[in-house]
Amino acid sequence: MIEFLTLLQVLDSSLRLATPLLLVCLAGLFSERAGIFDIGLEGKLLAAAFVSAAFAAITGSVWLGLLAGILASIMLSLLHGLASITLRGDQIISGVAINFLAAGLTVVVAQDLFGQGGRTPPLKSGGRFEPINFPGATSSKEMNEAGPLMQFYSELLSGHSLLVYVALLTVPISWFILYKTRYGLRLRAVGENPAAVDTAGISVRGLRYSAVIIGGVLCGIAGAYIATSLQANFTKDMSAGRGFIALAALIFAKWRPWYALSACLLFGFFFAVDTRFQNILLPAWFLSGFLILIALGLLSYVWKKDYLDKAVLGGLAVGISIIAFLVIFSVWDTGTSSQIKIPVVFIQSLPYVLTVVVLAGFVGKAIPPRAGGQPYVKER
Amino acid sequence: MTRNPAIELRQISKSFGPVQANKDINISVMPGTIHGIIGENGAGKSTLMSILYGFYKADAGEIFVDGKKISIPDSQAAIAAGIGMVFQHFKLVENFSVLENIVLGAESGALLAPSLSKARTELAELASEYELNVDPDAIIEDIGVGMQQRVEILKALYRQANILILDEPTGVLTPAEADQLFRILKRLREEGKTIILITHKLREIMDITDTVSVMRQGEMTATLKTDDTSPEDLAELMVGRKVLLRVDKTTAKPTKPVLEVQNLSMIDDFGVQRLKNINLTVKAGEILGIAGVAGNGQSELLQVLGGYSAATGVVKLNGSEIDLSTSVSGDGQARRAMGMAHVPEDRQREGLIMDFMAWENAVFGYHREKSNQANKFFMDNNAIRKETEEKMKRFDVRPPNPKLTAKNFSGGNQQKIVLAREIERNPDLLLVGQPTRGVDIGAIEFIHQQIVALRDQGKAILLISVELDEILSLSDRVLVMFDGEIMGERQPANTNEKELGLLMAGVSEKAAQ
Repeated sequence: MIEFLTLLQVLDSSLRLATPLLLVCLAGLFSERAGIFDIGLEGKLLAAAFVSAAFAAITGSVWLGLLAGILASIMLSLLHGLASITLRGDQIISGVAINFLAAGLTVVVAQDLFGQGGRTPPLKSGGRFEPINFPGATSSKEMNEAGPLMQFYSELLSGHSLLVYVALLTVPISWFILYKTRYGLRLRAVGENPAAVDTAGISVRGLRYSAVIIGGVLCGIAGAYIATSLQANFTKDMSAGRGFIALAALIFAKWRPWYALSACLLFGFFFAVDTRFQNILLPAWFLSGFLILIALGLLSYVWKKDYLDKAVLGGLAVGISIIAFLVIFSVWDTGTSSQIKIPVVFIQSLPYVLTVVVLAGFVGKAIPPRAGGQPYVKER
Repeated sequence: MTRNPAIELRQISKSFGPVQANKDINISVMPGTIHGIIGENGAGKSTLMSILYGFYKADAGEIFVDGKKISIPDSQAAIAAGIGMVFQHFKLVENFSVLENIVLGAESGALLAPSLSKARTELAELASEYELNVDPDAIIEDIGVGMQQRVEILKALYRQANILILDEPTGVLTPAEADQLFRILKRLREEGKTIILITHKLREIMDITDTVSVMRQGEMTATLKTDDTSPEDLAELMVGRKVLLRVDKTTAKPTKPVLEVQNLSMIDDFGVQRLKNINLTVKAGEILGIAGVAGNGQSELLQVLGGYSAATGVVKLNGSEIDLSTSVSGDGQARRAMGMAHVPEDRQREGLIMDFMAWENAVFGYHREKSNQANKFFMDNNAIRKETEEKMKRFDVRPPNPKLTAKNFSGGNQQKIVLAREIERNPDLLLVGQPTRGVDIGAIEFIHQQIVALRDQGKAILLISVELDEILSLSDRVLVMFDGEIMGERQPANTNEKELGLLMAGVSEKAAQ
């Protein structure tokens, strides 16, 4: 059985790893709710991470770093807005361009400024967001002796950087803005039917620009978090696909703030499990039983689909069943109690597998905002 | 006593590049009247209304509301001037409630809750004042189009509109719903509101307006008192020549059955049953019309018969059964080989490829035929182009240039290209959906003549249309569809719009009698 403290530590690390996802996911939520698809979240995150780390390193002030990161992210958001709102270009292409721009530019500028192979120098204290310890929280050295309630308070609730609490607060704030204010009503409307907003005498452009700017601010905070709190400097490609995983979480969350919180915590949990446990031992019967269940699920899913789906997904199901039987076969001699070691790469791939599963539409129907991805052109 | 007109336009002009959409338009509408604007598609009605609602800025001219000169740079200014607009395609947010849609853009503060409760009380007042009842908490996509239109009217009234402009308001309504709308409009007139009704339906102009303006090619050709004119005069003013309003045709001489449909049922991807046990027969030499409000299974029927939706049941063409799956043996190609031709409902999505040239579009579906092949590997493009040009001339497509892309033709001419492709192959059965949707009066006349001519050659025709006038004047027999079912059969000569309207609204056979 896993110890309570270990569980708390995993959850604690889930929360820390979920924070950037959550901020980026909410950034995407504002943007997409307004009808602007934002595939460039990754790029904005990366750019903000670099700019905030660089400013924090040069000025020694984490607050200046945060501000600079937010500004950099807003600049990229405005670029995306210019391409997709004003010039009515393709939103996907503009987003991809921003990703490339950020991936290349950050390393080049970092090398030019610091000459450390595309990274920024390690941040000293003052250049980082330090953990906030709640009053009365036990220090980690004495954690083992504390009671479960104290452990919960000290390990999970206390001891995070300010930005973690900011990210958590963003969820109810976003919910309130979206569903309880005039601005939220208009924002949701412009993503569903911009013509309705336009004929009501409200500026579609203004609303959409405001939405991408909010997205920029949130991405900026997320970038600053990964470079000045989660890590202590900027390294090449340090966003590590978080922008894309946040997009998947957004679909998983059906474009709703509270669901976004749970989706991001789930993804964060996977990351935490992955860093905490290198190899996991599972009973062989459990593993193969699980695999067979997946295969059966797949088969029942494709039953009513046409023959191409049947061939592809059915083939996948057959493959999974073969693996399941191989697992059983390999431990046949040692009996039912034998355990199988699951390599770390499988656990590492879980968030991505889940992303694919979400995107493929296995988990309920996620209906995106109806005007998403389309530039608004007034009809004649 | 001289009162100021509620709204007056003086010398309004607007051009898009070389196209003069509006030229020196003058209109003056007195308060408390209903004014009709009638004209063909592309006559400039919509442009004029867009200028009034601040979508476009006029190149020249002045607008007066209650005698005061105003400028309308955007929709906000139009709303402030008391102008409300009900568009042909509703501008509603589908997954919002009625209340949210009404409040959108006219909120009373930054927080939503007070705005919504204020709107709720005002809505109740408006509802009792004008007999406009809607459930404020209903979600738009769950209510019918008639209700959605009421929401649009309420939206305008909530913004204190005194001048209400309605663009083609009856296009999506059943006759009963249209009557209801007209009662509401009359009621609004009694309360002193000014109404501008844009339509291409002559009957509506005659029924409800006090005065009428006719537009043709961007110009206002006449403004008349409705009582002093007749549908024939108006049609002539619209088109610029005498128009036959009714289709000239002899009685049908139906012979053997060509299309037999038995127990046809279809469930769509969302699990909704769209067709319920359809039984029908179309004989050679007759036109079977299917009437119904849009969205009651007519489109699905065409899709199933045309071979791009799977269904269950039995469909026989010339006595041999058709494969109803969407596999290769049941696709459109296989059906064409059996003698079926199909003019789909949505010519821009299903009938044509808008970015392809006319000659390419004119050969689609028949491109594998021997006559179109130069040799084993290549198509005979030159011959196809030449043939297309001749076809275009025969079908009066303007301009008859086979190298023009489909999107550069007007709606009527696009439809003629599709018709030419399907009719000229001499099919035994022609499926036609909405043949004259968005087509101007002159072209309607021509298209109707072509369909009747095909019938007179002894071909079977299945006609689906939401325009009751069209169904009644073209068909030899009429079936009415409601909610995926056939509600009953009528002879056009022995029925009327009212009776069909009841069937279209789902009132059963017995109750209708």
